[in-house]
Amino acid sequence: MLKNIRRISAVIFFLLITLLFLDFTGSIQRWFGWMAKIQFLPALLALNIGVLAFLVVMTLLLGRVYCSVICPLGVMQDGFGWIGRKVRKNRYGYSRPLNILRYVMLGLMAVAIIAGIGSFVALLAPYSAYGRIAQTLLAPVWQWGNNLLASWAESHESYAFYSVDVWLRSGVTLAVAATTLIVLGILAYRNGRTYCNTVCPVGTLLGFLARFSWLRPVIDSGKCNSCGLCARNCKAACIDSKAHKIDYSRCVTCFDCIGKCHKGAISYTFRRSLQDETEGVADASRRQFLTVSGLIASATLLKAEEKTVDGGLATITDKKIPERKTKIVPPGALSIANLESHCTACQLCVAACPNGVLRPSTQLDSLMQPESSYERGYCRPECTRCSEVCPAGAIRPITRAEKSSVQIGHAVWVKANCIPLTDGVECGNCARHCPSGAITMVASDAADVNSPKIPVVNTERCIGCGACENLCPARPFSAIYVEGHERHRII
Amino acid sequence: MSHIINRREFLKRLGIGAGITGLALTGCKRPAENLARDNSASKDIPTDKMTYRINPKTGEKVSILGYGCMRWPNKEDDSDEIDQEAVNRLVDTAIAHGVNYFDTSPAYCRGKSEHVTGIALSRHPRDSYFIATKMSNFAPQTWSRDASIAIYRNSLKELRTDHIDYMLLHAIGGGEDAMKVFNSRFIDNGILDFLVAEREAGRIRNLGFSYHGDIAVFDWALANHDKYKWDFVQIQLNYLDWKHAKELNPRNTDGEYLYGELEKRGIPAVIMEPLLGGRLSNVPDHIAARLKQREPENSVASWAFRYAGTHPDVLTVLSGMTYMEHLEDNLRTYSPLKPLNEDEIQFLYDTADLMVQYPTVACNDCKYCMPCPYGIDIPAILLHYNKCVNQGNVAESTQSPNYAEARRAFLVGYDRSVPKLRQASHCIGCNQCSPHCPQSIDIPKELHRIDRYVEDLKQETLS
Repeated sequence: MLKNIRRISAVIFFLLITLLFLDFTGSIQRWFGWMAKIQFLPALLALNIGVLAFLVVMTLLLGRVYCSVICPLGVMQDGFGWIGRKVRKNRYGYSRPLNILRYVMLGLMAVAIIAGIGSFVALLAPYSAYGRIAQTLLAPVWQWGNNLLASWAESHESYAFYSVDVWLRSGVTLAVAATTLIVLGILAYRNGRTYCNTVCPVGTLLGFLARFSWLRPVIDSGKCNSCGLCARNCKAACIDSKAHKIDYSRCVTCFDCIGKCHKGAISYTFRRSLQDETEGVADASRRQFLTVSGLIASATLLKAEEKTVDGGLATITDKKIPERKTKIVPPGALSIANLESHCTACQLCVAACPNGVLRPSTQLDSLMQPESSYERGYCRPECTRCSEVCPAGAIRPITRAEKSSVQIGHAVWVKANCIPLTDGVECGNCARHCPSGAITMVASDAADVNSPKIPVVNTERCIGCGACENLCPARPFSAIYVEGHERHRII
Repeated sequence: MSHIINRREFLKRLGIGAGITGLALTGCKRPAENLARDNSASKDIPTDKMTYRINPKTGEKVSILGYGCMRWPNKEDDSDEIDQEAVNRLVDTAIAHGVNYFDTSPAYCRGKSEHVTGIALSRHPRDSYFIATKMSNFAPQTWSRDASIAIYRNSLKELRTDHIDYMLLHAIGGGEDAMKVFNSRFIDNGILDFLVAEREAGRIRNLGFSYHGDIAVFDWALANHDKYKWDFVQIQLNYLDWKHAKELNPRNTDGEYLYGELEKRGIPAVIMEPLLGGRLSNVPDHIAARLKQREPENSVASWAFRYAGTHPDVLTVLSGMTYMEHLEDNLRTYSPLKPLNEDEIQFLYDTADLMVQYPTVACNDCKYCMPCPYGIDIPAILLHYNKCVNQGNVAESTQSPNYAEARRAFLVGYDRSVPKLRQASHCIGCNQCSPHCPQSIDIPKELHRIDRYVEDLKQETLS
């Protein structure tokens, strides 16, 4: 019963969170966006006190339910583990906790958060690791499927589906996601929740709280015949059946053991007394834990050729990314520093961006965190999707009106590429599309009103949306491109 | 709009579709057997009933349906190559049903039309068809005498022949300063005199011109009829342009005037754009219903072809038939031609009055504007816009009753019809296209207008 409740709710959470990354129309997000916002690390980085309090209370009441239901990476590993147990039954066994490793990882995480080493935080954050898998490995399959439906709809004059571009945003992120999937897949297939109980900082943190949980599985030593079946089916390797003890810091409250026990010796019940289970090592680890969690809390607080024939299409060269001195981050990010210190690189914003603007960074210090570029599209005035989906407070919610006055960068003109000067034709496409009217076309020779017209940018009015860069006819490098701003300004 | 279905309906159909796909795959050739055979579409087309007109100079019989070789089908793999097999089949069917006039140009189909047409025609006896081609020296680099003559000689080679039956000065009246362009193309370099000499030598059997644009050039050419002795003239004529050409485009001239001037001088007329590139067949729903109601068994297009053929001095009516269905429909209309009576003609003029109320762009998809040096797919954008106008999917405001569906149909359809990089937002307004447009459309202006409309839809800022 308990196990089925756990399994059903886990599957529901897992599928809907996966859909958050797959659905590009934004409708799943509207109803289930909260599922990303209750993920632990993003909520911590967003200082979302309500969610944190809820998760802490839930863990203190029920144990690590978060790990077995809410965390998509945990549920994914359970999936692999399920296959593993189909292949060979009773494959697990008790092992001693690797507390040193666990607290070192937690400590490193705390240091990384304090120091703002976003890429390290991103690498370890469990929800984000799953997000990368969903976004880079599953989303393309989903999108190809959608495009098939779209072409079918097109042949039936239906507008129910529309096709989307499928493109590789970052090879590094893809490689990281694939590696995560393979490594975790193998670990989970063989030994269950190894990652969650050794490396995962959220697992360690919640595990510490779970030691004191009110409800927990308890072995009745009177009924237990020490057959060890529970231990051999414990994916967390936390049941010491000989000693009739369960390590609650590692137990993910999956309830598998309760069903396995022939003698009915295990039940999910109230804690008998605090003293019984928390003697010995617990004191030491509690002290350890309080130090690091204090660190984490303070860290987040700190923080053209001539035509002769008719028809045909001119080939269009792909745009290349210009070399930007400062990278561009989307409006709502407040500053590059804010984004880097809050972002867990879950890729939800990248998945949500309908304009092909956001992609994971390949720079080491902000690895896999989002950045903007305008070769495929630009940051359109009506879109605030990334700010709506971000669970970590890296991109804060903004309205369309606010967005129109947030300056995330400014446009820079590159004389050598400008079409009126190179091709001798009239252009002005940048000025025509500038949503803030920051570009004016002026005669290139001040003395001659008939000389070719070139764009001049009033950088005070420019918001850095990239319409000019994206729609500039010069290829592969635009004649006007956007330089990012470290700190966004309101104009 | 019957084409728009909601999601539930869609899923339902998807389920049904999946269930019957296997059936449909094997069954797709069968329905004809189950249908009554008196349906006009399945009636056999007679091979010996084609209406012919007599060329007053040579006395030869020219089929009233002329094959326009400007819209040959491409291969299905989306490549830019013309499907020669399909062209051969079309030409064979046309000839078998009495079509004997084939009109091409060195510029058509990205310059490949003459070659493909030549291959298809050379499989038939040379005396079973007439070839019409053109002096398409549009680019200034081809204005020299040598370059223009090279174009002419190449036409003979590509068409695998030693004589051209109908030779045209291609699209006089175009360009910013049309008279100057005309002089540069044909007079100053002596090319017109050269072509007249070729006619005397028998390598050109009939000499004429096709006209779009500035009426001064048309008038000049006819004023010099005594000197050049035009054997035929190719004009745009259809029931919309007969009186409304000016309303659609101030630079165009009513068909009534053009035809009248030729009739006065006894010059046979070859008709182009009888269907306005499909705009007279792809019409708003209630116009289609109006035409179908009067002739339920005939196509919407058949009205336009009968209209063009009804004029007695018309030698042949050109149609750029891409698909076998187009060809069959036209063969049916003209085998034989049933001329319209006065009542029916008035009915079409009334229909035209209704049509001009629709704000479509006068694009006939001739692709003369292409390729755009900046990669824009101009005709695809304009056709998408027209399609949405005709289907009632161009909402005037966010308050329009069908605003949400119209917006989706317009935007989703736009991305389907035109790749993003070839959409109107990339038009820089260099205006290299407009001088090539036979319909004198101010292309950048229209593209920028459509782009602003798209932006209004995307940003939901439509008033």
